[in-house]
Order: sequence, then structure tokens, then C-alpha cells
Amino acid sequence: MATLNKVLDVAGVSKRFGANEVLSDVSLQVDKGETVCVLGPSGSGKSTLLRCINWLERPDAGQIYLNGQRVGVSGAGIAMSDRDLSKIRTRIGMVFQHFALWPHLTVLQNLMEAPVQVQRRPRTQVRDEALALLEKVGLAEKRDAFPSRLSGGQKQRVGIARALAMRPDLLLFDEPTSALDPELVGEVLVVMRELAHEGMTMVIVTHEMGFAREAATRVLFLDRGRNVESGPPEQFFATPETERARQFLQRYAGGTANGKH
Amino acid sequence: MIHDFGIVWTERALLLSGLANTTILSVLAAIASLLLGFALTPALMSKHLAVSGTARAYVDGMRCVPFLLFAYIVYYGLPSLGIRWDNWTSGLLALIIYNTAYMAEILRGAWVAQPREPIEAGVAFGFSDLKLFRRIILPPLLLSAGPVIGNQTIQIIKDSAFLTIIALPELTHAASSIQSRHYVPFAAFITAVFLYWGLCLVVEAGVNSVGRLAEARR
Repeated sequence: MATLNKVLDVAGVSKRFGANEVLSDVSLQVDKGETVCVLGPSGSGKSTLLRCINWLERPDAGQIYLNGQRVGVSGAGIAMSDRDLSKIRTRIGMVFQHFALWPHLTVLQNLMEAPVQVQRRPRTQVRDEALALLEKVGLAEKRDAFPSRLSGGQKQRVGIARALAMRPDLLLFDEPTSALDPELVGEVLVVMRELAHEGMTMVIVTHEMGFAREAATRVLFLDRGRNVESGPPEQFFATPETERARQFLQRYAGGTANGKH
Repeated sequence: MIHDFGIVWTERALLLSGLANTTILSVLAAIASLLLGFALTPALMSKHLAVSGTARAYVDGMRCVPFLLFAYIVYYGLPSLGIRWDNWTSGLLALIIYNTAYMAEILRGAWVAQPREPIEAGVAFGFSDLKLFRRIILPPLLLSAGPVIGNQTIQIIKDSAFLTIIALPELTHAASSIQSRHYVPFAAFITAVFLYWGLCLVVEAGVNSVGRLAEARR
């Protein structure tokens, strides 16, 4: 695969919280247009991996590159300036488990806030794009509502539109449907599926096995902070290589876990 | 009785200048103690025990001292340590120092109650520290703390009446002079009460409009 197409390169990342090693030498390459689903039991380090990618957590070891540029560490090998870190973060969109919308801003203002305030793009242009994005996620009529007036599914669709408004090179999803009532999961997955088809580059931490199976280009299975297995979803779901993955999939097939932990 | 109020009416200029002074004192004290409270809040939440302990001692100390006693100390007590301020400076500083402790504690409570994720989203979307505070942390904080800040402002207005004991020409002092000059205590004091009440209504109106903004965003 041509390195030019490589959007994200996570190389041997480790992270510990106190005595607890949450990530141990995890590597992951994501090419442009790929949808990588990160699977694994609770506490396997999935969210920490995601949070290391945009430097919300600082890894203890390993490197992360976005489009070839090192994240969090400047050329001289020292910590990146806030300014450079901010610049790189605006190229990585993030969708949160509990939506994390800004409560004091309307839906439309939520979409426009970072592009106008951080990226300093012209307001009228940002506004047009934001309105188009709201149309796309089916929430055009909610543009002037405050987040508190929305259902969970609507909040998360706004969350996705807010991340897209930054025109990111990469989108990170941290269990985007785990906080939703089961009947609201579908409307969010529809939007994510559409993005996958359009070729958005995405890393998705999820417990939605059905979604991973049909929408992922690749699956990464983490267990106790280790990359136990990865590969195309057809292969992973049909013939998992490791005992740990087999057990994990069996548990989901048996319905003992339904995506909520 | 009507006659007494007539006497108060002839002294209206004195009362109004007292009202103006009370307003100036209260507004300055409210704004200054809110701003200083903002500066003190991070200290209260600091991980360094020396910093948070010192800030905590100051806040608890102020909250346990009656304001009247504190005003006595600032105006009559400090000169024996060589610090001598006129009554305006003493009165204003006493109000500010005293209420900064309350404001800091109000803001700390509101800050702790803020959900973590929207702030983290701000970091993830590239907001730098100052902008993060100004655009993402501060607005919901002020909306949720607004009513309590309003209450504290009313408290400041009422506490400012104690400054009559250091001869600061505020509203209570004006009413007091009118009653001693003409011996019309009921009329003079009841008029002052209504003027205080009016001032508090203005503050409450402000709090209510902040409350309406907050309600839509909750």
C-alpha cells in the first residue's frame, strides 16, 4: 500500500495508569477511506487507544503519525507547542460516547464553533457547510434548538455533524451508540454507514458487531491492552484465529452482552 | 405620620446620594469579588496542598467572620498595624475581600458540577487553554452559577449597610442622619428599606433573565 495513502500510523503505543498497563505495544495503520472497527471487552484499552491518537492521553511509548506528521512531539523531539497540537487536533474529528455537545450553544452554533473559533474559517462559508451537514444527518429543522431538547440519537447525529464540520482527515468514534436506547441506535448507525460508503477515514470503537461486520474494512481486536488479532471482518467474524476472539464473539452471539457495559 | 414622610421628602437629595453610594459600592464590590473569585477558584481546586489549603483557610475564615466585625477590623484594627485607609477604601476593600471568598466557593461548586465531556470535546477540537475557558467552560458556568451569584450580590447590598459604622455616606447612613436631625425614625428607615428593596428587585430581574437563558440550555 502506498504510504501516501496512509492517514494514520500508530506505532508501538503503550500506556499505563499507575501499575495498570492499559495499552501494550499496539500498532495500527489506517489508509485513506478505510473504516477500522476496534473491538474488545470492556477495559481492553480501546478508548485509551483512541484518546492517544489525538493526544487526549499521552502515550508512554510509541509514536503516532497523522498524514506523516508526528502527533504530540515536535521535530526536535520535545513536546509539541499548544499551537501545533491544536492545529493537528483540528484535523482529527472526534465523536464521544456521551455526545459532549456544548450545552450553551444551539445545534448550528455547535457545528460552527470550532471551525470559526479555532480554524478561523470565514463564518458565512462555515455556516453554509454546517447547514448542509445538518441536512445530511437529517436535522436541518433542529438547527436553532439547544442540545438539551434533542433525543440521544439526535444528539449523536449532531455530534457527528460537528466533527465533520472541521473537514477532518480522520474521524474517531468512541463507542458512539453505547449511551443510546436500543431503538435510537439505528439512526446513528445509518449516518456512520453512509460515511463509510463515502470513503471517510474512520476509527470506530464499538460494541455493534453487526455494524462492524458489514461496514468495517478491517477489524482490530484488543484484549487487555494487546492487539490480539486484526484482519478483514469476514475473516475475523467467521474464522477468528485466537481463542480470546472466539470467546469474545461467542459471548456477543449468545446475547449476554448487547453493547452496553 | 404623613408629615414625617414629608420631612424625609425634603431630605430626598441626601437619601438619593446615599442610594447612589450604596449602588456604587455594591456594584464595584460584586464585580471585583466575582473576578477575584475566578482567580481564586483554581487555587481552591489546586492539587498542591499548600495552595489549596491556604485558599481554603481564607475562604472558611471569611465565611465564619461576621461582616460587621470584619469591617471594624479593617477600619479600626489595621491602623494599629500601620495600615491606614480612609472610610471609602476600607469599606470597599472590606466588601471585596469578604465576598471574594463567597464568590470563589460558589464558582468552585458550579465548576465541579460541570460535565467533563464537553470540556474534553473542546480540547479535542483544538481549543487552546484561554479560548477553551472563555468559549467552552465559562458560559455554562456563569449560566448555572448565575442565580447564586445574584443572591450573593443581594447579600453584598445588605452588608454594605454595616459600613454606616465607619461613617461611609451610604443609604443607611443617610437615613440615620435624617432621623437624628429631624427625629423621624420610622419614616426615614422605612423609606430606606423600600429603596434597598428596589435595588434588590433590579438584581433579581437580572438573575431571572439569566435563569431564562439557562433554562433553555439545560
